[in-house]
Amino acid sequence: MENLDTLAGQAKAAIEAADDGATLEQLRVDYLGKKGQITALLKGLGKLSPEERPAAGAQINVVKQELQQLIGERKSALEAAAVEAQLAAETIDVTLPGRGQSTGGIHPVSRTMERMEAFFAAIGFEVVEGPEVEDDYHNFEALNIPAHHPARAMHDTFYVDEHTVLRTHTSPVQVRVMESQQPPLKIICPGRVYRCDSDLTHTPMFHQVEGLLIDEHTSFADLKGVIEAFLREFFERELAVRFRPSYFPFTEPSAEVDIQCVNCGGDGCRVCSQTGWLEVMGCGMVHPRVFEYSGIDTEKYTGFAFGMGVERLAMLRYGVNDLRLFFDNDLRFLEQF
Amino acid sequence: MIISEQWLREWVSPKMSTEELAHQITMAGLEVDAVEPVAGDFSGVIVAQIISAEQHPDADKLRVCEVSTGDGSVQIVCGAPNARAGLKAPLAIVGGVLPGDFKIKKAKLRGVESFGMLCAEQELGLSDANEGLMELPDDAPVGRDLRDYLGLEDKAIEIGLTPNRADCLGVAGIAREVGLLNNLSVCEPVIEPVPASVDDSLPVELLAPERCPRFVGRVIRGVDITRPSPLWLREKLRRVGLRSIDAVVDVTNYVMMELGQPMHAFDLAKLRGGIRVRTAERGEKLELLDGQTVELDSETLVIADHEKAVAMAGVMGGQGTSVSAATTDLFLEVAFFAPTPMAGKARAYGLHTDASHRFERGVDFTLQQRAMERATGLLLEIVGGAAGPLQETVSSAHLPARPDVTLRAARIPKLLGFELDGEEVERILSGLGLGVTATGEGWLCTVPSWRFDIAIEADLLEELARVYGYNRLPATRLSGDLVMPARPEKHQSVSALRRHLAARGYREAITYSFVDPKLQKLFDPGLEPVALSNPISADMAVMRTSLVPGLVSAVLRNTKRQQPRVRLFETGLRFLPGEDCLKQVPTLAMVITGSRFAEGWNVDASAADFFDLKGDLESLVALTRASDDFSFHAARRDALHPGQTAFITRDEETVGYVGALHPSICSELGVQAPLYVAEITLSTLLEAELPVFAELSKFPEVRRDLAIIVDKEVPAEALLRNVRASAGTYLTDLTLFDVYEGKGIDPKRKSLALGLTFRDSSRTLSDEDVNEAVKQVVDSLDKNYKAELRG
Repeated sequence: MENLDTLAGQAKAAIEAADDGATLEQLRVDYLGKKGQITALLKGLGKLSPEERPAAGAQINVVKQELQQLIGERKSALEAAAVEAQLAAETIDVTLPGRGQSTGGIHPVSRTMERMEAFFAAIGFEVVEGPEVEDDYHNFEALNIPAHHPARAMHDTFYVDEHTVLRTHTSPVQVRVMESQQPPLKIICPGRVYRCDSDLTHTPMFHQVEGLLIDEHTSFADLKGVIEAFLREFFERELAVRFRPSYFPFTEPSAEVDIQCVNCGGDGCRVCSQTGWLEVMGCGMVHPRVFEYSGIDTEKYTGFAFGMGVERLAMLRYGVNDLRLFFDNDLRFLEQF
Repeated sequence: MIISEQWLREWVSPKMSTEELAHQITMAGLEVDAVEPVAGDFSGVIVAQIISAEQHPDADKLRVCEVSTGDGSVQIVCGAPNARAGLKAPLAIVGGVLPGDFKIKKAKLRGVESFGMLCAEQELGLSDANEGLMELPDDAPVGRDLRDYLGLEDKAIEIGLTPNRADCLGVAGIAREVGLLNNLSVCEPVIEPVPASVDDSLPVELLAPERCPRFVGRVIRGVDITRPSPLWLREKLRRVGLRSIDAVVDVTNYVMMELGQPMHAFDLAKLRGGIRVRTAERGEKLELLDGQTVELDSETLVIADHEKAVAMAGVMGGQGTSVSAATTDLFLEVAFFAPTPMAGKARAYGLHTDASHRFERGVDFTLQQRAMERATGLLLEIVGGAAGPLQETVSSAHLPARPDVTLRAARIPKLLGFELDGEEVERILSGLGLGVTATGEGWLCTVPSWRFDIAIEADLLEELARVYGYNRLPATRLSGDLVMPARPEKHQSVSALRRHLAARGYREAITYSFVDPKLQKLFDPGLEPVALSNPISADMAVMRTSLVPGLVSAVLRNTKRQQPRVRLFETGLRFLPGEDCLKQVPTLAMVITGSRFAEGWNVDASAADFFDLKGDLESLVALTRASDDFSFHAARRDALHPGQTAFITRDEETVGYVGALHPSICSELGVQAPLYVAEITLSTLLEAELPVFAELSKFPEVRRDLAIIVDKEVPAEALLRNVRASAGTYLTDLTLFDVYEGKGIDPKRKSLALGLTFRDSSRTLSDEDVNEAVKQVVDSLDKNYKAELRG
């Protein structure tokens, strides 16, 4: 049986050395196939005596199984190596930038306006829009600002003709809603407004979001609650809010609302002109005369209105330091939002 | 409105710091805009007197002065032209510090020693005056610290008054507020009537009594106008921002700042006959105190004598009758002019004066006699003379009415959201000068003559809230019925479109709604845009008829800043003049230029073209789920390339366009690379269809490709519609996957490769089914477009 050992040794060496599937298959055929050398040894068992046969057979079978296993293992190893090789060949630099259209973005004013709308929509305010070229009646008269009222001087109005203006606020939209719908009303009016003023801190066009709530039991306390909640949610922080008496012809009582400076936290800085406070909006209870213009019962209903500048809030929220950037449309600015 | 803190404290002086006071009145609705010191920051400046002033031996313009400091004298070299023996002036002594941290040291000027510096007002931060030394009164105590002497530890408090609070346009009004806020009584100056010592008077006729119902006049004879205003008067005026002119003007200004009543002084010698308060003759001319001559309109109220207008009533006096150094006799005017007709009058002439500011907003109509007595008393004290009788001419029927106002207790919680104690209500209202009578359900209030803003119950509620303090009022959380709102699913939001475009690489722009008329004309020459009568500048003068010009300008600004690839969109109104009325149409516009993709290692670097923009537009259209309702067809439009422009229709109605900017427009505007624009009515994109489910077929699909040759002019969209219409019901998908022109094809024709997908929901289609459908397509294309199958 020295022959068997030699054969097994040769076979093992050959299997070990096989470096592709075809060679391995040939070795299987050569040793274990029908005409293979191991198979031949098994066939030669008949020549042995019955006493010798079992032991010799067993020995050959051990070798056969051993070779079968080795071939199997070698085959798996070769296949694994082949997959490895393929994967290695297919390896890419996954850190290279991806392909396709770059992402654009929404203007910070729209972004801010949409956020503002969302807060109020969540508590049931409807968004309403209206014309920007507006008649004198809706922009002034129906808001209790008669011709030559000193408050008109506060507005720096653009005129198209004697009776037509570019709206100086979005309040005329509220008037239009009050004219056409009966209370209860809960509306938010976002949009472009125009004032004939242009310098470092004024652009002749800007955006406002105004709100109006009219119901049977609406008080100044409700107004304060809504505004305080909005400002805290908008800036996502607990900040001090104060209401200061002011004057608007269309509200009474009227208030201006200041927040604790979001830049310095109230210590005083450039942004708040060292006062620690930032004026962010105007508001008040709807003036009875405004109700009368729109035919709303002043005994039954009360309401509040508020208005705020979108650019102002966007500047504070995102730290923009120059109002004029909003309308310059410089990509280097727009790309930051 | 600027007040001096010291002046206010003469009337009412709460125990609080300037900052606390400023905060308190701000929170009461009198917003403090600024608190400034009334003088520069200096120390070591005393009252000194020049004993002698000799010419400097080596300098023409310098004098060597011996200056008394009270406890001795020092030598000062001084260049001021008014440095003269006997003059009292501020002296900064050695060791003193002037504003700007300027330390005074012993110095040698052209060889002569100087031990300090005599000062002009400017050098002390008191005013801009620097033409000579500040001249102090003869009774100024030599040696006294100047800050002490002038009481300079004072603050100028600037208040931004709202137009309803004309009653606070004087120290008296602000004192009233401060007194109420602090529960302090106000100490008013005693104003004694001045008895007449001469009989002279001037007849006064009120010819427009509805506009001037009260006129108080007085003659003062024998005044000496050369006598200067006393220092206290000049200082008070200086601290509230008024320049000292002469004693007469200073006194009238003082009364205005103190009581809020503007007044005017005429040179009696220049008045002819008497006074007539009337409206101007149309075209009547008047030379005003500021030197300009205005042509009056018939709406303007004037003070006239028997010959001509001598002052624009309540706005400005006339030059011809003004007080000058030669004046010896005065006629003083203190009138009430009704606010409503005054409104806007000064502005119509480009004027705005302290007087017009007050009269437009409302001056207390009972104040005139008091103001006259105050002014007369001060004038006699300063410039001497003899007063005539106080003459009042009044048309009582035309004085403002002050109807009583009812306040119902129940309205306080309803409107303000809290209960206010009845005693507090009465304290606040009576503190404001209202007469308060309790009634069964609340109070009946009389309104003081100085309040033009209290006429209805809401006005009283505001006063209560304001004085009580807004920040002491409660804040509540909104509550109410929860109503499920309507949210039509067919309605798309603009926000969704914005996000869609942002995802496709667009940046949202916001451009001005007014554009350069030249630019507007370039894009829409056929439209006469809405023009502003007072544009902010010539290039922002008309309302846009298209969003595209603004976006193109925005692109240009970016390309000039080395940003060659730009993709922008904007939503907003277009203003389209119509026959009956202006249409304000919500619109979406897009513009692209530069490369198709941002530069990258593995992307197509070619320039974007028409089909990039069209594809983006189609993707928006697809959001409506109604792409079939939309159609693009070749068209021409101003400013666009005639061969690269399509109109977009939805259900046959034109809703927008997409195209390349015309090359000649490009060169006119300086656009370097091709630029594509699109504009579409926003409402079209917001009306969407609901999804409708269709059964999924279990059977296989069959695809057939056709290459057909047609004339180049045949529009692909029409051809595809024809294929869809003729292919029968099995056609589920149709693609156009190749367009070929060139070698192997008639130069006038083009080859289109179509992929047709067929499928049925109930069975597997046979070859015959598909062949029949394809045959119908081919026949129809042949018939309608002379199409042939490509070999």
